[in-house]
Amino acid sequence: MLTCREVTELATDYVEGGTLFGQRVSVWMHLSMCKHCRGYLRQYRDTIATLGRLPDEPAPPECRDELMRRFRERKP
Amino acid sequence: MADRGESELVAKLRAGDEQAFGALVDRYHAAMRRLARTFVSSDAAADEVVQDTWLVVLAGIAKFEERSSFKTWLFRILVNRARTKGTREARTVPMSAFAADDDRDGAPAVDPSRFDQRGMWSAPPERWNAETPEKLVLRQELVAALEQAIRELPERQRTVVVLRDVLELTSDEVCNVLELEETNQRVLLHRARSRLREMLEDYRKH
Repeated sequence: MLTCREVTELATDYVEGGTLFGQRVSVWMHLSMCKHCRGYLRQYRDTIATLGRLPDEPAPPECRDELMRRFRERKP
Repeated sequence: MADRGESELVAKLRAGDEQAFGALVDRYHAAMRRLARTFVSSDAAADEVVQDTWLVVLAGIAKFEERSSFKTWLFRILVNRARTKGTREARTVPMSAFAADDDRDGAPAVDPSRFDQRGMWSAPPERWNAETPEKLVLRQELVAALEQAIRELPERQRTVVVLRDVLELTSDEVCNVLELEETNQRVLLHRARSRLREMLEDYRKH
């Protein structure tokens, strides 16, 4: 039986699908009995989803203008 | 990995098409800027790295063979430029700021004091409010805090988590860009995500 601490260390392997089958089964068994670890993994996935939605900062338009100028200059 | 639209743009760029160049710049500029910012300490320095990268791309596009995707090639050039620049900058920063890096790569996912002797939760994660990630990122103070937490990660963790989770590259692409082993990548990603979850926990308690 895995401990909660072990489950937190397997979180990335688990959500990435990188664990061996036997280990996956152990995690499932643990999760079926432990709401704290279910909560932990939910938060873990939530963190990943939040990172994927961080807004982009728009680049200053001068950067693009400068690049286009350099592009034209280099043209033979 | 590259979609067809991208291969077409790259072919056109190779033929000297200005519009194709503009389209590629628009497609990748923000992502490149974010990635560059993980290595250097100011937006201005990041912009410089991005500019340099595009110039290297222009100089090398004729020789680019699509053995790797354009994106991977582009990001790899950027990482090399950014590392060089970051190293130059680092001379003015006290060494102690970097010394702890490797130690922290091996830190546990969760503060050990939150478990009892048997390794079970004694201070379990607190329930989070029901806000969705979409809503969450509309809160500017949270975005600022999260960006700050990312900046405070050790460099290798920071780069991996930005590539994987913020810019959403696949693990193969990340390994390619950073020339990392898959297992190594996963360890770094794990540390970074664990730390960022911990930071969000403080923000999202009921």
